[in-house]
This record gives sequence, structure tokens and C-alpha cells, in this order.
Amino acid sequence: MQDDVVIRVVAKVMIPAVMLFALYVQFHGDYGPGGGFQAGVIFASAFVLNAVVFGLNKGRHVWPARYNLMGICGGVLIYGLTGVGGMVLGENFLNFNVLSSDPIAGQHLGILLVEFGVGLTVAAVMVMLFFTFAGRTAHLRLLSKSDAHERKISASKKRRK
Amino acid sequence: MMQHLPILQVLLPLLASPFAALLRGRDVAWGLTFVTTGLAFLISIALFFQQRAIGETMIYELGNWAAPLGIVYVIDAASALVLPVISGIGFIATLAARQLVAAEIDARDHGLFYAAWLLTIAGMMGQVTTGDAFNIFVFLEISSLSAYALVAMGAGRDRRALPAAFNYLILGTVGATFYVIGLGLLYMLTGTLNLADLAERLPHVEETRAAFTAMAFIALGLFLKMALFPLHFWLVPAYAHAPSAVTALMASTATKVSVYVLIRLIFGVFGVEFPGLADAVGLLVLTLGIAGAFVGTLAAIVETDLKKLFAQSSIAQLGYMAIGIGAMSATGLAAAFLHLFNHALMKGALFLAIGMIAAQAGRATMGTIQGAGKQIPITMTAILFGGLALIGVPLTAGFISKLYLIRALLEQNFWLLAGLTFISSALALAYVWKIIEAAWLQPRPNGAPVLRETASQYIPAWIMVVATLGFGIYATPLVEAAFAAAHVFIPSVAGAN
Repeated sequence: MQDDVVIRVVAKVMIPAVMLFALYVQFHGDYGPGGGFQAGVIFASAFVLNAVVFGLNKGRHVWPARYNLMGICGGVLIYGLTGVGGMVLGENFLNFNVLSSDPIAGQHLGILLVEFGVGLTVAAVMVMLFFTFAGRTAHLRLLSKSDAHERKISASKKRRK
Repeated sequence: MMQHLPILQVLLPLLASPFAALLRGRDVAWGLTFVTTGLAFLISIALFFQQRAIGETMIYELGNWAAPLGIVYVIDAASALVLPVISGIGFIATLAARQLVAAEIDARDHGLFYAAWLLTIAGMMGQVTTGDAFNIFVFLEISSLSAYALVAMGAGRDRRALPAAFNYLILGTVGATFYVIGLGLLYMLTGTLNLADLAERLPHVEETRAAFTAMAFIALGLFLKMALFPLHFWLVPAYAHAPSAVTALMASTATKVSVYVLIRLIFGVFGVEFPGLADAVGLLVLTLGIAGAFVGTLAAIVETDLKKLFAQSSIAQLGYMAIGIGAMSATGLAAAFLHLFNHALMKGALFLAIGMIAAQAGRATMGTIQGAGKQIPITMTAILFGGLALIGVPLTAGFISKLYLIRALLEQNFWLLAGLTFISSALALAYVWKIIEAAWLQPRPNGAPVLRETASQYIPAWIMVVATLGFGIYATPLVEAAFAAAHVFIPSVAGAN
């Protein structure tokens, strides 16, 4: 698809916009509809679009595989440790009131961190799912090999004619 | 710190899991898992004694949001009894996992293996601890999803692990979906998901068809999850082709947690008085339980693969737990709790011992252990004691639970059922004898691979054997705890035990 100028240019314009929108959904989730889950999926879709338009190799270059596990685990840890924060400060697990001097600000901060953790994990899982299914290379290589084989056969047939 | 114990035992394995996934290097992830499960075990034992000392229900409010709006973790006599089983088995299985996993799992996958391992333990602990019906579903999915992954990890050694894991995934998901459909109906009727709150509000709507349907869906979903006959077909291949350490962990805990959740929902939420419960669920569970006891035992007798043999015997043992539930009495429930506890110990011992053989020989069949009694006497003796406990020979823990099960049936004048339970237990002698005969009475065939055993290989299994014998000889505290757990759901009546 990288040969198509329209798709390439539109994708280049869209990708930053998609990411920005993801961040909006992420951080505006406290006030309006949205939150980490949706934002994570939208954010990941920018990487999926990039890989679809510019090819798997370039897509992998932008998001190397080693980020997957770090993102997945990091998000869970951010969530969990935010909850532990309330415990360390003398209240129960997941109590955000004590994270700041003002309980409302504390709840706000707690939700912000937790949602960020959710967003990170979801984005990493989505990207990993895409690359895992798209990158089943053994399977794809088999297909392309047989394609090449068929082309060779048809070419030789033509030559014989 | 003490007041945080109910959450910590779930939180520790849950948060250790991402660390385990990220850790590289030989045995680092195992070390982390070992320490975490050890701590969780200590915490659940501390909780058990704390709960007994206080004598009433301990409640932990997450984020200090009170029930029914917030999610609470509840430690009562029932959950305090089941928690040490799960964390204890988790700990001992981790102890054995070092060798088993090194032998069976590719070294690059160890981090992910232990991450899933910790998650499945955290999920099971969560299901037992939580006092929120939807939270149970979430933890059910956490433990099940990681269990599917664990079973599939057997594929490196045995490709049949993949279809086994896929079947388990499909049926497990159907079970979880049924559970959540039932829960949706209950939420529609009552507007709450808190278990205690549900129990309070359900009597107002108990005559509705929706409430009865909800009960049917929840019970059926959990029957699938606990592998009650005839919904047990996912269990045998999943146990047989999973990595040996996973089989030991899951056989002792996964289905037991579903039994616990079934008891919690059926007796704790719907209650014995719920219209149609005793007839529909009670009778169904009794019939399926006794049928499962026979089918499982007979299938075990003809089986030659040891993992499959004891997986079939698990179906039978789950049948006994179901009979205890179906008796709809305090003694029956106590017997179910006792058998849940004891069966976890015996199956843990058996599968750990068999796992050590399978890890060496690739498979553990009747042929593998032929004449092995002289080569690996200590391991084979562990299997012998585990088998005796399965039959219910006196001085083993299995005897205690069978004794109370038959007592519960006689209390209700179910003479025929008591007799059938006794016969099916005695039939278990056939498959245990088959193993004894193969291991000790037959010579080791020429050219058979030499099996070895070292202390680190048989100690985990023997810890379980010693526990089985210990709770069989000195059973009073356990029986008391089981009756305390049963009385959470069925208040004691004067005169009855």
C-alpha cells in the first residue's frame, strides 16, 4: 500500500491526529466519556494504521517487540502501585483520598494514574495482538512461496505456447 | 499492617506477576514466585488463626468504600479454611516447579510461565476472598485465562496440549458466561452485586421465574467450571497434557475453588430455603455426584496413562464433594469442605510424584512405572499413600472426609446413596492396586530407562503425603474448622452437629 500516494499522505496526517485524540480521550476521561481502555485502543490504532500503510517492518521499527511486555507489565504495575500508595499512607488499598493533601485532588490524581496504567496496558496488548497475528511469517512465507511457484508454472506454460 | 492481610494475599501474587514476566535469567522468576507464594501462604495461615480467634467475619473495604457500594473482601470461617489450601498447594507446587519447569518448559518462557502461574493463584485467592459476585467473575476469568495459557505451555513437549487448552478455553468460557448471565438476572432483580446484600434482597423476589432462571444459569456455569459429571470432558485432556507442575497446581485447586464458589452462591446467596433449590439443584447435584463418582472411578480403572488415571479419579472425587453439597445439610457441607481440603492434599501429592516421573521419562504410564518400586521407592511410596487416601483407608485424610460424607447421607436417611458412595470408594482400590502391582510385583523390563530420585524431587510430594497422614490421624481441628465453615451457610440447629 506504500505505493499509493493518497493513502500515504492521508495516513501521515492522520497518525499524529489519532494519537492526539487518544491522549484527549485518556486525560479527559475524568470529566467526560472516555478513559484508559478506549484511549489505549485508539492509541494502538495509530500504530496499526502505520503498519498497514507502510508495511510490517517499518511498523515494527516504530514499536519494537520488546516494548510490548514492558508496556503490558508497566501499566498493571502503575495501577497496582497507585493502590498500594494508599496503603502505604495508612489507608486501605485503592484509597486515593490520601494521595494528596486534599481528598478530591487525591482521588483525581489516583484516577489519573490508574487510567494511565490501563491505557498503557491496553495499547501495548492491542499492538502486540496485531503484530502477533500479522507477523505469523512462517504461514505467510508458505503462501507467498506457493504464489511464486504458481507464477513460475504459468510463466513456463506461456513460454511453451 | 495486620488489617491489610485480606488484600495482601491476593495483591502479592497479582503484583509479583508482571515482575516475573519481565525478569530474565535462570531461576530469578522462580525465586520471586517462591517467595511470593510463601508469603501468601503465611498470610492465609495467619488469617485462618486470626479469624478463629475473633470468631466472626472480617471485612476489608477496598478504597474504604463501604459495602454494598464498594467492593469488600470477606474472611469468614469458610474462606479462611479454603485460602490456606490454595496458597499452600501453590507454595508446595512452586517448590516442585523449579525442577519440573526446567525439564518441560523452554528456558526463554520461564518468566511468562511464572507470570501466568502467579496470576492463576491470585485469581483463585481472589475468588475465595471477595464478597462481590461480579468480582468473583473477574477473578474467575483471571485464574482461568492464565490457566488456559499454562495448559497450552505443555505444547513444547506434547502437541496435544494445544487442543486440550482450546477445549478448556471454550468450555471454561461457556461456564463463565453462564455464571455472568445468571448474575445479570440477579442484578436486574435486586440492583446489587454484593453477596451479603444479594442474600438480603433475594427473598423479596424469590417467587419470580427470573430468580429461578438465574439460579439455574449460575449453578450450571459453576458445574462446568468444577467439572461435575457429565460436564467434565475438558478436564482429563487438560490435566494430562499440561506441564506436570501445572497439573499438580490445577488438580488440587482450580476445581475446588469452583466448588467453593458454588457453595457460596447456592447456600450463601440463594439459601437452603430458596424455592426449588433443594429439589432442583440439590437432587441434580446428588444424582450427578454419585454418577460422576462411578463413571470417574470406572474410567480410572481402565486408564493406563497415570495423569489421565488420576484426572479421572478427580472426577469421582468431585462427585463426592457434589454429594456433600447435595445433602443440603450442615454435615453434608462440612463433608464437602473436608473433602475439598483433603482431596487437594492427596491429589497434590500424587500429581507432584507423577510429575517427577513424567519429567524424567517424558510420560508416566503403567509401562513407565513397571517395576519402578525398587528404583524409586520413595516416590512410589508417596504415590501409594496418595492412592490409599483416595480410597479412604483409615489413618489417611481421605477416610475422615468419606466418614463425614456417609454420616451426612445417613442423617438424611439416604441409605442407598450411602451404600453407593461406599461401593464407589471401594472400587478405587482397583486402580490403586493396578499401580501397586505394576510398581512392585512386576520386574523392571530390560532396556527400560533408569529412573532416579533425589531429595529435592520427592520432598514436595512427601510434604503433601505427611499432611494427608497428619490430618488423617489428628483430624479434630480440621473437622471443627469444616463445621465452622458449614455453619456460615447453614446455621447450626440444636441437637445436630
